Amino acid sequence: MTETSYRIQGATGEWEVVIGLEVHAQVTSNAKLFSGAATAFGAEPNTQVSLVDAAMPGMLPVPNRECIRQAVRTGMAIDAQINKWSRFDRKNYFYADLPQGYQISQLYHPIVGEGQIEIVLDEKNPEASTKVIGVERIHVEQDAGKLMHDQHPTSSYVDLNRSGVALMEIVSKPDMRSPAEAGAYLSKLRTILRYVGSCDGNMDQGSMRADVNVSVRRPGEPFGTRTETKNVNSVRFVMAVVEHEASRQVDVLESGGTVVQETRLYDPDRNETRSMRSKEDAHDYRYFPDPDLLPLELDDAFLEECRQSLPELPDVKRKRYEQGLGLSAYNAATLTADADTARWFEALLAEGARIQKKSEGEVAKASANWLLSELYGALNRLGKSLEESPVSPEEGAELLALVADGTISGTIAKQVFEIMLETGERPAAIVEEKGLKQTSDTGAIEAAVADVLARNADKVAQYKGGKEALFGFFVGQTMKAMQGKANPQVVNELVKKGLA
Amino acid sequence: MSIDLQTVKKIASLSRISVTDAEAEAMVPELNNILGWVEQLGEVDVTGVQPMTAVIPNQQRLRDDVVTDGNVRDKVLANAPQAEHGFFAVPKVIE
Amino acid sequence: MTDLTDLTVADIRDGFRGGDFSAREVAEAFNANVAAAKALNAFIVETPEKALGAADAADKARAAGETLGPLAGVPIGMKDLFCTQGVQTTAASHMLEGFTPTYESTVSGKLWAAGAGMLGKLNLDQFAMGSSNETSYYGNVISPWRRKDGGNAALAPGGSSGGSSSAIAARLCPAATGTDTGGSIRQPAAFTGISGIKPTYGRCSRWGIVAFASSLDQAGPMARTVRDNAILLEVMSGFDPKDSTSLDLAVPQWEAHLSSDLKGKTVGIPREYRPDGLNAEISAMWDRGIEWLKDAGAEVVEVSLPHTKYALPTYYIIAPAEASSNLARYDGVRYGQRDLPDGAGLQDMYAATRAAGFGPEVKRRIMIGTYVLSAGFYDAYYTQAQKVRALIARDFELAFEKCDLLLTPTAPSASFALGEKQADPLAMYLNDVFTVPASLAGLPAMAVPGGLDAAGLPIGLQVIGKALDEQTVLNASLAIEERAGFTARPDKWW
Repeated sequence: MTETSYRIQGATGEWEVVIGLEVHAQVTSNAKLFSGAATAFGAEPNTQVSLVDAAMPGMLPVPNRECIRQAVRTGMAIDAQINKWSRFDRKNYFYADLPQGYQISQLYHPIVGEGQIEIVLDEKNPEASTKVIGVERIHVEQDAGKLMHDQHPTSSYVDLNRSGVALMEIVSKPDMRSPAEAGAYLSKLRTILRYVGSCDGNMDQGSMRADVNVSVRRPGEPFGTRTETKNVNSVRFVMAVVEHEASRQVDVLESGGTVVQETRLYDPDRNETRSMRSKEDAHDYRYFPDPDLLPLELDDAFLEECRQSLPELPDVKRKRYEQGLGLSAYNAATLTADADTARWFEALLAEGARIQKKSEGEVAKASANWLLSELYGALNRLGKSLEESPVSPEEGAELLALVADGTISGTIAKQVFEIMLETGERPAAIVEEKGLKQTSDTGAIEAAVADVLARNADKVAQYKGGKEALFGFFVGQTMKAMQGKANPQVVNELVKKGLA
Repeated sequence: MSIDLQTVKKIASLSRISVTDAEAEAMVPELNNILGWVEQLGEVDVTGVQPMTAVIPNQQRLRDDVVTDGNVRDKVLANAPQAEHGFFAVPKVIE
Repeated sequence: MTDLTDLTVADIRDGFRGGDFSAREVAEAFNANVAAAKALNAFIVETPEKALGAADAADKARAAGETLGPLAGVPIGMKDLFCTQGVQTTAASHMLEGFTPTYESTVSGKLWAAGAGMLGKLNLDQFAMGSSNETSYYGNVISPWRRKDGGNAALAPGGSSGGSSSAIAARLCPAATGTDTGGSIRQPAAFTGISGIKPTYGRCSRWGIVAFASSLDQAGPMARTVRDNAILLEVMSGFDPKDSTSLDLAVPQWEAHLSSDLKGKTVGIPREYRPDGLNAEISAMWDRGIEWLKDAGAEVVEVSLPHTKYALPTYYIIAPAEASSNLARYDGVRYGQRDLPDGAGLQDMYAATRAAGFGPEVKRRIMIGTYVLSAGFYDAYYTQAQKVRALIARDFELAFEKCDLLLTPTAPSASFALGEKQADPLAMYLNDVFTVPASLAGLPAMAVPGGLDAAGLPIGLQVIGKALDEQTVLNASLAIEERAGFTARPDKWW
């Protein structure tokens, strides 16, 4: 645990910022939380709407098991208290995107209680920069529909496709103290959700969005009045909101004003937050238990299934990569930051170990280095994601095996990889076809060395006169003459011998 | 507790029911009468009593995660006072 | 030939199967009675073609020797709280005027699937809120009964299922659906000299029934005989996966097990149901009922339900609270009325729509419900009410350790004149004093007629059973029915 010392330097002294996040994460499910309508993104307006979602008279909710299961699994993944008895409440307010006139949510008895998330502020130095952020609760609730204002001069249009889609609201404790911590928390939460598979984490599609609670105080003093900036949809924006809102509050306080507890909106174009017209009655939601639903009681078998189905989680995986596979802290962190990357890496590792008949630990370093430098470099250049990689983990493993068993050199491997990217051919076939196999034929190499030394008699003299740095030059020239296919170790030995 | 005109207007606003001043004034004694009567519940000793959650013992069942509904836009919009281009339409909302 | 409209559901079912008459003849006879009874204002929408359509289908099935549904050939009335596909459903409100569901409620769907035909949508108190059928936007329902005092005072058929009770008593339909939140089946049955049963909460699906108070609403049948109620209830009941509060239990064969032999049964008489000043005729009817049940072989014991006096106030917190939320969906956006004053914004539209669309009693209850749930009052009202509700349910549990069923009056008086109690909401609420406790506890309860009072108006008895024990409720009601020999019917004036 570390204390970060992020401070805002005001005109009257230092201020500390206090941050809490309420993250709404869309639960990955086929059907909605209380109806059998689909949840897919981007459908025609009002086509993914059942009569339940449109709140027709007499329609009733029945909960989707998968949404409950995903919330429980998420809770388990953050080491949280799972409440075997929870209940749905109605949050009553009137708005055009809320057909029932209430949102079914969980106020009094949420399904998941207190948990925690570890964030790392410096990936190169994880031990010294880890901080634990408390999670207050996770509850399950319905999403609202969508209002569109630009289609008609005097009307707003209502699309209920999202109405009733399951959300998890993940409420942190006010444990964060800097924009970086808020950003790291949101990234880490997203990583965990994607590992668990309970949310796809697509922030640009609105699958995850955060309400950012910010207040400032003099270090050591009680919490100040907070503002809540709604629906912030990227890690970068969350950090910007914290930064902006904290300095705005400091300005207000230092000029003798008071911070108003209110809801604000972030405008990414102007990078500022502004007050939402305070909704009348906004704070009287008249929560009460939904009488259309019974208390939700989870049995041990259900919980056990949830637990069994959890994958290895990022923190555990990261430690295993470091301690079990011997990777650097930075590489371990990078490879585990995203579930897809870790999955790709592990496939590469497994295949490499299989074909090289080695342990995963023995092939881990080379695999990690190749993935993070060669493959990532290529994907960056091509503007592709890992899922779209033209090279599969099996093909990558084959390439690395060719290097490991001395069939080709690292230099040649780079060439082969380029050809793989272009043609999609297997590395062994490319090596065969283009005759790229590295040679350990001492006769040919000896001849090449002799030739190089003969053509560079002056440099040989200099070398012998003490300019030992020229050794690399002779090796390089020999390799060049061998078109890179000579075994470097053998070249080294023979050059040494030739110069002796 | 007795409620005044101001409270009646606030409840009407929370309920989204517009009331004239005269209507609101007429409701003051009416609602007070009813609320005064229900307040006798306060005299019941409920120490250690849990609020009722299910009238008849019953378990909340859970649905399988299968798409069984939707694709009924015509039905959804059939009774709408104003529907355009597949949307419900409402007076313009300024956010 | 007997008048087909005098027949019970069982008579029609059996006579139709036996070939005594066609289903079409039955439907035509009831259609004619419906058409001739506009003065009662029992129907909001008449659907003679639906009744004939079902009848013709039944006749055809019978001619073809196909298996007949349990209600083949039986036309019924449908309370206009049940959503019926393609037929306007209003809950007797202006708010839902013109609303034509694209779906069929589970319970009505089961009735049609069993072969029943629909005579029309029956009037009721608006959103089922009322005890006299004076809150309907479509006008008061008039009871076919009149006092034998030479006056022509229009009497209340009870509420909220007043269209159902009036129509059955006047022979406009042999049976009808009702819904009961705090007595809305039982009190109108008592006022009109018919029977009706509210089953255990969860027996009948609430899917497709316009909601009033979700934790209390239960559908049930209303008819002239106990047997007819058993027949209809068997069809209406059953597990519905679309209703989370539906009970996943097989439906018993109530009709087959009807028996008025009560040997071995103990009847509890709750002393709190006989307050000072209880109407003498109601009290005397209760005493007679006790004797009838003894005569049927039952033991009678006195029991105590100590929290009875708190049942009504509890109900008038919980039901309005739930209603205030359940009725939030009526906002003029997706269906029903919309009131859009010039230049109105969204929230203004809501307020105007709801002011115009809801009647005064509905508004009153929404306001009470909103208030008791509002910040600072929730615990004092709502949480306290749910605790007292738990105590009321426990009272019943303890009483049922000593007895198998309870016998009480259904209503504190016979029917009253329309307008008589309208000015005082509280006086109106007191009508449900005997019916509300069983609703709060979710227990099955049935109203059965016992006789006429001095003014010539029906008064009845209520049998309350243990949860899921509709059979004992029906059997005890049958024992009363057999001994009361209630055959009185209103003289036709309409």
